[in-house]
Amino acid sequence: MSTSPEATAPLQVWLNQQALELPASATLADALAAARPTEPFAAALNLQFVPKNQYAQTALAQGDRIELISPVTGG
Amino acid sequence: MNPTPAATPAAHTAPTPPPPAHAAPAAPAADPLILYGQHFSSRLLLGTARYPSPALLEQAVAAAQPAMLTAALRRQSAANAEASRSFWTLLQNMQTPLLPNTAGCHSVQEAISTAEMARELYGTDWIKLEIIGDDYTLQPDTLNLVGAADQLLRRGFKVLPYSTEDLVLCLRLVDVGCQAVMPWAAPIGTGKGPLNPLALRTLRERVQVPLLVDAGLGLPSHACQVMEWGYDGVLLNTAVALALDPVRMAQAFAAAVRAGRDAFLAGTMTPQDSAQPSTPVLGTPFWHQP
Repeated sequence: MSTSPEATAPLQVWLNQQALELPASATLADALAAARPTEPFAAALNLQFVPKNQYAQTALAQGDRIELISPVTGG
Repeated sequence: MNPTPAATPAAHTAPTPPPPAHAAPAAPAADPLILYGQHFSSRLLLGTARYPSPALLEQAVAAAQPAMLTAALRRQSAANAEASRSFWTLLQNMQTPLLPNTAGCHSVQEAISTAEMARELYGTDWIKLEIIGDDYTLQPDTLNLVGAADQLLRRGFKVLPYSTEDLVLCLRLVDVGCQAVMPWAAPIGTGKGPLNPLALRTLRERVQVPLLVDAGLGLPSHACQVMEWGYDGVLLNTAVALALDPVRMAQAFAAAVRAGRDAFLAGTMTPQDSAQPSTPVLGTPFWHQP
């Protein structure tokens, strides 16, 4: 069976509102490897929290929105 | 003669009975703030934002010895990475329990995801639940707060909801399992002090869990006032951070919170409409029948 063009086309996702292009089968772990965030951080995908131990199993889809957050001062 | 102090303060706010007359002042550990079963020796919670420098934040924390420090989460960027890293190191050094917040969230889902990220990042189940309903006043979203608190409690969080002084809202927060509620005194960062004393005092009388005033305090006397009313603690940030001398102001707030708590436990006198001489009248020299 041949692979459809959609399945092999690069993914474009948004990481902290910045466009990021990834291979078609990319996971959240791949996105983070490309972005190289500074520790400590936590992540959410399309408004849903993703625990660290699930990054590698979390497949990305076209237009996904990834949020990477860090500690800051607050009241 | 001084009037006899009023009767014992409301039982729900006094985990230990007031000390008997002439007893030595109770040590702080004898009157802990108890939130979700955890004991804290201080009744002051302090924010970490808006200080002139990290060093002054650290000194203010050392001076006030707060029960908890609030912290937040923001998108990571090249511009804030270094500051974030420094703040993280500072938090590790201070070793004060952390209370992450969901500041800036406008929906239940945003608040839940932010709380989950905070739990993983800060390694704590405590969460100060903020859902903003109006960007101008930063008033909590009273219509969604209870549902969000309910969901977070079910996920194992120790939720401290930032609320208005609305009695029914606070009762509903308790109904879903909140073991403490944090009504505002005034909008965040205004420093106006309690704008609705009647509602805050009514809340204190009717709500049977610890209450902490969060937001809007500007002066140590504001903090002392709400503690005299029987509030269990206060959370503040801007009043300390924007003082000319944040370290001294942190000390002032810590002292005010202790003074207000002691006054509450001591039982305040009942105000009178007419003057009542404190010095005995009988035998007043030079007195004669007019």
